[in-house]
Amino acid sequence: MDVSPTQFLRFVDVKKSYDQKELVVKGFSLDVAKGEFITLLGPSGSGKTTILMLLAGFESVTGGDIQIDGIPVTRTAPYKRNIGMVFQNYALFPHMTVAENLAYPLKVRNMARSEIVQRVDEYLGLVELEGYGKRHPGQLSGGQRQRVALARALIFEPSLVLMDEPLGALDKKLREQMQLEITRLHRRLAFTVIYVTHDQTEALTMSDRVAVFNDGVVQQCASPDELYERPSNAFVADFIGENNLIPGEISAVAGEEVRVAVAGGQEVVAQAADIREVGGGCIVSVRPEKMFIKPSDHAYDNEITAKFIVRHYVGDFIRYYFELSDGSEITIKVLNDLAAPKFDEGQHAKLIWQAGDCFAFRTM
Amino acid sequence: MTATTVQDSSLLPAGRALTREEAWFARRELNRRRLTAFMLVTPLLLFIGFAFFAPIATMLHRSVYSPTVAQLIPDTLAELQSWDGQGLPDRAVLTTMAVDLKRLASERTSGKLGEALNRGLPGTSSAVKSTARKLRRVEDTELGANGAALLLEANDRWATPELWRTVRATGQIYTERYFLTALDLERDAEGAVQVREAAQIYVQLYSKTMRIALIITILTLLLGYPLAYVLANSPSRIANLLMVMVLLPFWTSLLVRTTSWIALLQTNGVINSVLMGVGVTSEPLEMLFTEFATIIAMTHILLPFMVLPLYSVMKGIDPSYMRAALSLGSRPIPAFFRVYFPMTLPGLSAGALLVFIISVGYYITPALVGGTDGQMISNIIAFHMQQSNNWELAAALGSLLLALIIALYWIYDRLVGAGNIKLG
Repeated sequence: MDVSPTQFLRFVDVKKSYDQKELVVKGFSLDVAKGEFITLLGPSGSGKTTILMLLAGFESVTGGDIQIDGIPVTRTAPYKRNIGMVFQNYALFPHMTVAENLAYPLKVRNMARSEIVQRVDEYLGLVELEGYGKRHPGQLSGGQRQRVALARALIFEPSLVLMDEPLGALDKKLREQMQLEITRLHRRLAFTVIYVTHDQTEALTMSDRVAVFNDGVVQQCASPDELYERPSNAFVADFIGENNLIPGEISAVAGEEVRVAVAGGQEVVAQAADIREVGGGCIVSVRPEKMFIKPSDHAYDNEITAKFIVRHYVGDFIRYYFELSDGSEITIKVLNDLAAPKFDEGQHAKLIWQAGDCFAFRTM
Repeated sequence: MTATTVQDSSLLPAGRALTREEAWFARRELNRRRLTAFMLVTPLLLFIGFAFFAPIATMLHRSVYSPTVAQLIPDTLAELQSWDGQGLPDRAVLTTMAVDLKRLASERTSGKLGEALNRGLPGTSSAVKSTARKLRRVEDTELGANGAALLLEANDRWATPELWRTVRATGQIYTERYFLTALDLERDAEGAVQVREAAQIYVQLYSKTMRIALIITILTLLLGYPLAYVLANSPSRIANLLMVMVLLPFWTSLLVRTTSWIALLQTNGVINSVLMGVGVTSEPLEMLFTEFATIIAMTHILLPFMVLPLYSVMKGIDPSYMRAALSLGSRPIPAFFRVYFPMTLPGLSAGALLVFIISVGYYITPALVGGTDGQMISNIIAFHMQQSNNWELAAALGSLLLALIIALYWIYDRLVGAGNIKLG
């Protein structure tokens, strides 16, 4: 069969139910190109880990199809799928040494002993753990265990590597280090990765594309910058990064732009994302770093008046909290320089931003 | 003020050492905590010392200490010291024995001597008692002059050197004799250790006990391992129900459980009725009062001891280990033996050790359902304590059992490592 290179891994309308009543995954479709790094991102219980279990073969598919290289795998036993997997708790076999752990997938494939030794050494080098082969997993630090788990999932050169929140158990510093490590290995060995996480920073920094999951459905699947800068609905706008969500009502539509009436009868111009009906209730989103406080020399299309509540000193920037007359809150990030203004509590300020940084979404 | 502080801290290296007062306070605090902890466990220590270590020490002492004969006929034993063990002892010895026997007869303790000697040499009891009866009426002067002859006249067993050897042997206050008996050994005329010529029962009984314990351990393992696996991997509602069924034997009286096995296994019991009703057998199978009955009832009773440690270990094994093995390309069965099984070894060895040790010393079940065929070493120990009144032999058998278990534990520790045991 002739398979398009962008369809190396295909999910075709995959459905999964655990209790024969409710679907946990409701029609998941996704095409993954060979060598791509795809992250499934979503809050816990959104069904992202289930997708991984279906792909690895630990759970059976209720409906739809999964294909690898054009071949359906939904009826293939997990040990025949040739998929490497990295688990959150590493799942290194505690009674085997590091070298034995790495040799395990090669042994079950009946590889020659000398070749196994050579391959194990090669992969220990790859994850910078030369000389650790004789240790047991219990004698390694969290980061080292994670590297061994990574090497074990890669050593048999699987067509696909799945990672289920692999960095969840590490502290922040190690996590960043391991992110670099995984990206480095991915570039060097060019394997295809399906990565599951609930940490959006991790998703945005590492992936080629991110599929944002909620309630068993993919909300948006796009590159990190598009996801951040052009969210397709209110959930993604809220979930990815920080956002100000201001409720309003559409008063006029002009092409891709809509006029929205917000609290106190003030009107703003926004990009229409998934709503265009006049009179419909909507949510307007603006990122805190795209808003400015007057006086400012930034160009602007929108201006609203809000009441100052408090400002928090964060360090490299200062966070301002404002409130609109209907009670909705607005946060603004201002760089910590001499221009950062000071307000008294209850004082009114004028907030400005450009129409291109502002989107109108259907109410969730 | 500032100047003093600087000076003070400069006295202390790197500012870390405590002043004398601080050190004293810290030490007092620590001592107080230790004292509290010690006081909390004191009742337990006292109880264990009183109810566990003291009886075991008494048992060990009992197995080598038998003062009866030495207390009854001290003079004869003193005279016997010089005897070479060949032929009859001197007339003086015989005379002293006659005097001692008369005294025992008047004190009505000749029966005790007879019983004590009888254990060393069967058939001696009647000889001692009848002689004592006859010598009771003889005058002291007559006895002093002609005691030896009277003794030999009273019963011809006094003429056998074997009897005198027995007297001398049983007269030792501290003796290894009961251990020899417990190991089916004895001393020959020269005092060398040899295999007992009469019935050899104890070694055989020990090996049978071990065999039964081993079979029970294997059976509980075969039944318990899959059960523990299901328990550890089912949803909590089902797991709890199964757990109640596992623990149910714990909540009913041991006697009731054993009796129900009698009801099941007896000749016209439930199992036989069913088998004959279905037509599998034409006549009832003999199941009760056999080794089979002992094994099956004990397996049932000891199953929780295997399941619980296995369950607690399996509960702690994340399902991702098996998943990892499968994702790495291993088939389920090899993955089980290479990955899952080794991780359950701590629970398995704890369960096996528990079941084995408990069954080696089990008493009530074999006593009730075992008949003669299914008796274990504990039953014979109980027999010597309750019926033959041979506490010394019972103590020796018990001490050997204790030594056996300690030896097994030692071997286990060398092979597997006791640190690997995990009970919960």
